[in-house]
Amino acid sequence: MTEMITINVNGVDSQVAAGQQLITAAAEAGTFIPHFCHHDRMEPVGQCRTCLVEVEGPRGTMLVPSCTMPVSDGMVVHTNSPTVKKAVEAVMEFTLINHPLDCPICDKAGECPLQDQVLSHGPGESRFVEQKRHFEKPIPISELVLLDRERCILCSRCVRFGEEISGDPLLEFIDRGNDTQVNTFADNTFASYYSGNVVQICPVGALTSTAYRFKARSWDLDEVTSVCGHCTVGESVTVQSSHNKILRVDGLDNEATNHGWLNDKCRYGFEWVGSGDRLKMPMVKGADGAFHESSWGEALGFIADQLISNRDMRGGSSIGAVGGARGTNEDAYALSKFMRTVLGSNNVDARLDDTLNAEFLAGFAGKGQIADLESAKTILVWAADLKEEHSTLYLRVYRAATALGAKLIVVNPMGTGLDDVATHSFTYPPGSGDKTLADLMSGTEQFAAARVLLDDGPVVALVGKAGTGESPFLAESVAAFVRDLDGASVLPLARRSNTFGALDMGLAPALLPGRVTLDDAHLLADAWGEIPTDRGLDTAGMLKAAAEGELKVMLLVGADPVADTPDGAGADSALANLDFLVSIDCFMNASNAHADVVLPALGFAEKEGTVTNLEGRVMKANRAVTGPGQARADWSILDDLSTRMRAPLGFGSAEAVSTEIANTAPAYQGITWFLLDWKERLGVIAPRGDAQQPLQYVPVITDSDTAVKGDFIVHSARKLYDAGTLAQAGPSLAGLAAEPFVALNPADAKSIGANGHVEIEGTTVALKRDASVPVGTIFVPFNQPSGPRVGVSTSVSAVAEVDAG
Amino acid sequence: MSHPLVITKFMNEHPSDSHTLERYVESNGYEAARKATGMTRDELVELVKASGLIGRGGAGFSAGLKWSFLAPSRPTYVVVNGDESEPGTFKDRQIMERDPHAVIEGTIITAIANEAHHAFIYIRGEYPKSARRVQAAVVEAYTKGFLGKRIFGTDFDLELTVHLGAGAYVCGEETALLNSLEGKRGEPRLKPPYFPAAKGLYMAPTIVNNIETVANVPHILAHGSDWYRALGGEEDTGTFMMSISGHVKKPGNYELTRTLTWRELIFEVAGGIRDDKELKAWIPGGASAPWLVPEEHLDLPILRKATDQAGSMLGSGAIIVMDEDADMVAAAERLVSFYSEESCGQCTPCREGTTWLEMILQRILDGTGREADLGLLHDVSDGISIGLAWPPKMTTICPLGPSAVSPILSLLKYFKSEVETHIARGQQVPVSIGRNGS
Repeated sequence: MTEMITINVNGVDSQVAAGQQLITAAAEAGTFIPHFCHHDRMEPVGQCRTCLVEVEGPRGTMLVPSCTMPVSDGMVVHTNSPTVKKAVEAVMEFTLINHPLDCPICDKAGECPLQDQVLSHGPGESRFVEQKRHFEKPIPISELVLLDRERCILCSRCVRFGEEISGDPLLEFIDRGNDTQVNTFADNTFASYYSGNVVQICPVGALTSTAYRFKARSWDLDEVTSVCGHCTVGESVTVQSSHNKILRVDGLDNEATNHGWLNDKCRYGFEWVGSGDRLKMPMVKGADGAFHESSWGEALGFIADQLISNRDMRGGSSIGAVGGARGTNEDAYALSKFMRTVLGSNNVDARLDDTLNAEFLAGFAGKGQIADLESAKTILVWAADLKEEHSTLYLRVYRAATALGAKLIVVNPMGTGLDDVATHSFTYPPGSGDKTLADLMSGTEQFAAARVLLDDGPVVALVGKAGTGESPFLAESVAAFVRDLDGASVLPLARRSNTFGALDMGLAPALLPGRVTLDDAHLLADAWGEIPTDRGLDTAGMLKAAAEGELKVMLLVGADPVADTPDGAGADSALANLDFLVSIDCFMNASNAHADVVLPALGFAEKEGTVTNLEGRVMKANRAVTGPGQARADWSILDDLSTRMRAPLGFGSAEAVSTEIANTAPAYQGITWFLLDWKERLGVIAPRGDAQQPLQYVPVITDSDTAVKGDFIVHSARKLYDAGTLAQAGPSLAGLAAEPFVALNPADAKSIGANGHVEIEGTTVALKRDASVPVGTIFVPFNQPSGPRVGVSTSVSAVAEVDAG
Repeated sequence: MSHPLVITKFMNEHPSDSHTLERYVESNGYEAARKATGMTRDELVELVKASGLIGRGGAGFSAGLKWSFLAPSRPTYVVVNGDESEPGTFKDRQIMERDPHAVIEGTIITAIANEAHHAFIYIRGEYPKSARRVQAAVVEAYTKGFLGKRIFGTDFDLELTVHLGAGAYVCGEETALLNSLEGKRGEPRLKPPYFPAAKGLYMAPTIVNNIETVANVPHILAHGSDWYRALGGEEDTGTFMMSISGHVKKPGNYELTRTLTWRELIFEVAGGIRDDKELKAWIPGGASAPWLVPEEHLDLPILRKATDQAGSMLGSGAIIVMDEDADMVAAAERLVSFYSEESCGQCTPCREGTTWLEMILQRILDGTGREADLGLLHDVSDGISIGLAWPPKMTTICPLGPSAVSPILSLLKYFKSEVETHIARGQQVPVSIGRNGS
C-alpha cells in the first residue's frame, strides 16, 4: 500500500502518494505544472527550468524545479504566485527566443508541448529582436530520423533516453553556451533499435521520422489504441491514420508491458499494411499454372469441394494447417475449430520458426509476468539475445539491471546486447548447453558466483532457444531448475507476433483452446462435439509427411514455411509435392507460389480482435483502416468456408468468436471484448480470476543435446531486422538489415586464414571477428537478405576467400 | 601596517627552488602530514574548525565545517580544485607553480581527515606550468613514500591523481568539476540532491577544497589553531591571497590579512591608480561580484560581512580596478560575453538569457540601442536572477547565469547615464559604427 501524505498546492490540501516528485504529485492533486525536460519514465534533471514553483521552507520560500523536488508531508507549494509566474514566463520567453516559429510547416504543430504550454503559460509576446541561432536543417542522423537543431530546445530527453532507457548513448550535447546542440558523435549515426522513441518524446519538432515527415497535420489524424502485431511482447500502441492509410504508430504507456516504448521494427513495421503489393482478390491457379483473380464464391466453392473430397476419401489426417500466429485469437480459434470439427484433423501448428514446445510455452506452471522484473533481485536470461529477438523486453531487463539494481546473468552461445550490464555473462558452444546448465546448477568454477546470486531471490528467468539447432528441451531443463529457486518466475520466450495467443487457441498438435490437452477434449464437448484425440503433426512433421506423400492437403494461414522454417529448401519441395494447397495471406511469397488458391487476408489494424502476449496477457487489438480490395479476416473466410462445407461454424462476427472463446476455452473464461474495452485497458492475464488452467506443464531436467561434428558448429539466430516479408514491404525497415555476414572467433578466423570473406555452403559472405563467439562455433544470422542459408545443418565448413585487390 | 606571511613566505625566501622536494623538506616540509597520520578524523576536523579557516574558492564557507559534513558512507574522495578560471583570479597558479609540495601536503592531511584513499588535484587546462610542477612534485612525493601504499610507513594508503581540465570555466564549479573528472560533460549537478559531501565523485562522499585552502592546512597543523586564529582580524581569520589587476600601478598577488579598507588596498598596497587618474569602480571578488564605487565603498573594511551588506562579495579574492577612462558599457559587455561563452548550455535561462544580454549590450555598443533596452536588460536579468536580490535567487541550476547579471545590475545602478549616452549617440548615427566607437 502506498503511503499517502498531504500537500498544499495553491491553498488547497490534497492527499497524494509519497515517494514521488512534486510535479507528478501536483498533477495527481489536479494542478498541471508546465514542463519540457521532465518525462515520467526518466530520471529528473531539472534542466529546462519551466516547472519552477515556490515551496515554503524553514529558510523562507524557495524557488525550485518541481521535477527534482521530492514531495514531503505538509509541503506548501505555490504554482501561481507572482514570483513563479514571472519565472515561468521568463523561461518560456527564453525557450522561444531561438525557436523558429515555423509551426505552419512543422510536423509537431497541433500536438506540440511547446506550442501548447507557451499558449497556457507563456508571456504572450517576445521581445527578442536579434538574429536567432542558425544550424543546417534538418540533418539526417540515421536512416529513420532527422534532426532540426534550430527547433531543438535542448531538453535532453533524447540524450537521456539513450543513456537511461535503451543503453545506447549515441546522442549527446555538443559544444556549450549559445552553440550547444544535440548531435551524434563524429563518425557515428544514430543507429539505435529504439530511435523512434526519441521522435515520440521530443517536445518540439526537432526530431522527425522519415516515415511520418510531412505526411499529415496532427489534427487530421484518426487514432485508435491497439497492440503491436510484430513480437510477442504485445506493446500497447496508438495507430494513427488519415484517409484510410496508417501514417504513424506510437507507443502507449502500459505499466505491464512496454512503458510507452517501442523498438523500431514495431514502430515502423506498419508500412506493409499500406503496401501496393497486398493481395486484394482471391487468386485461383489455372490450368496454365498462373494465378487468376476470382470471386470469393468461386474460390471458396472450389476449396470446399477439394477439402470435402480429401476428408471423405483420405480422412482428416491427410490435411494439415500451418500458421495462425499472425492473426488474432479469434482467427486462431476459428482455424483450430475448423480443422478439428470440420476436417477432423489435429495437424495444426502455429509455430514456424523452430521454437520451444507448445505445451511449455502455453502451460508452463509458474509462468511469470514482465512486471516481475521490477522486483527481481536476480535475473537469468538463457539462450536469447533479447535486444535482437525481443527488443522491447530488452528495455525492461536493461531497466531492472541498471535503474533497479537487479543482478543479471546472461547465458547464450555468443555475446548479447545485455552483456554490458550483466553481472555475469557466459557463452557456450551450441550443443553443450546441457553441460553449461549442469555447471551453473552445481556452481562449479566460473559459475560459482553466478550460482550464489541465483539463491538471492526473487529470481526471474527468461528462457529461450538459442538457435535453430538447439534442442527445445534445454530451455525446459533451465526452467525446471529455476522454478525451484527462491521466489522464482519463468518466462518462456517465443518471438513471432501472436504465437502465444495461437497456441492458447489450440493451434498446436496436441492442444485445444484454453490450454486444454487432447485428453481433456470433453471440456470443449458442448461447443465442439466429438473431435479426434490422436496427436497431430507439428509443422516439421507436416512438411515431412507432405514430402513423403502422406499429407496431401495443406492450409497456410499467414505462414511462409519456405522463408521461415529452418529447412526452407525442404519446405519448398514438400509444398510442391501436395495435391492441394490453400494460402490465406496478405502477400504472395515463396510458399504460396505453390498454392492452388490464395485468399487475401486482412492484416494489422484492419480488423478487431484479441491477442495474447508472452506472459499470457490478453489485450484488445483494434481496427484503424479498412483492408485492400476484397481482403477478409481469417475467421470470416473459415466461417464462410465451413458453411459451404455444410458444417457451419456459425460465428457471424469476430465478437461472436470472442464470446465463444470466453464461454468455451477454460483459461479464457470471461475474457470478453467488453471487459478489455471498458474495464481492463492494460489487458488481463489468462487465466483470470477463478478460471481454470487445465494444462499444468511441468518440465523436467533432461539430457538431450546431441554432439555435433564438422568444422564449425552452427549458431543460427535472429537479428531484429531480416529478410522477412513484412519488414521488406515497407520503405523504412527494408534497408535496415545488415549486409550479410557470418562471425567467427578471431582465433578461428586466423587459423583458417580468413581475412575479409569466407565461403559457406557455396555462398561467399563477409566475415566478422567476434571474440564473444566460442572457438569452434560460427554465427550465421538467420534469414538475412542474400545471406547464406545453412538449413538444419548443425555444422558447416568455412573456407577462406581471398579478397580481390 | 604589516601583514604576516603564511602562504608566500617560503616561496619568497627561496625564489629559485621553492618548488623542489629537497628545498621543501629542508624547510620542515611534510612534517605536518607526518603528524596528521597520528591523528584521528575528529581531531583534525576540530583543529581546522577551531582555526576558523575559510574556504578560498569563493563561497567563503568554513573549511572545517565542510569536512564535518562528510557523509558516513565509504569510500570517500578528496578533490582539490585548481581550476582557477574566474576572470581576475590568479592566486592558485602562483601557489601551484611555486609551492606545489604545500598543496600536496595539504591534500594528504585533508585526505587523512576525511578518510579518503584517493585524492585528485584538478588543474585548469590553461595552466601547463602549474600542471607540470604539481605532477613533478607528486612523482617526488611518491618516490619518498609520502604518497602511495602505507604513506610515512603507516597503515594509510593514499593515491593522488593530477587531472587537467579542458578549458571550461564552469568546471571550477565543484559539481561540474566532478562530472568532468568522471569523464562526463562539465555540467553542474543539481543541489539538492548532489551535495559533494553526500553524493560527490562517483556518487561517493567527497570533499572539494580550493588550492589555497589546502595550502593553509599544513601551517595550521604545524602551528596550531590558536596561532592561525591570531593572524589577521577578529572576523575573517588567516591571511588571504588577493589578486589585484586593472588600472593600478602595482598589480599582482598580495598575501594580506583582512584588516584593511579598500582605500588602503587600492591606494597603498597597489600603489594607486595608473597615471594618477580617478578611480571609477572596482570588482571586489572576481568577475561575478557586483561592482563597488569610490563614492560609497572606499572606506569599507575588506571583510566578508561588510561586503555582503554592500551587496557584493569577496569571492575568490580577485580585485579588478577600473579608472575614469573605462567605458562601463564595454566593461559590462566584456564580462557578460565571458559568461555567455562559458555557459554550459544545459539550463534554459543561463544558455539563452546570458546570450540575449550579450546581444543587447553589443547592440548598444554598436549604436543600435533603443530606449526600451534599459528596461529589457533589467527584465532579462530578472528572468535569470529572479527578484534581482543579493545573494541571487536563481531560475538557473548554478550561479553562472546570475554571474552575468551582476555587471548589468551594477551598470544600471551606478552608470545608467553611460548606457543612455551610448543609446542616444546611436540614435544620432543610425549606421553601426563598430564595437568601440572609434
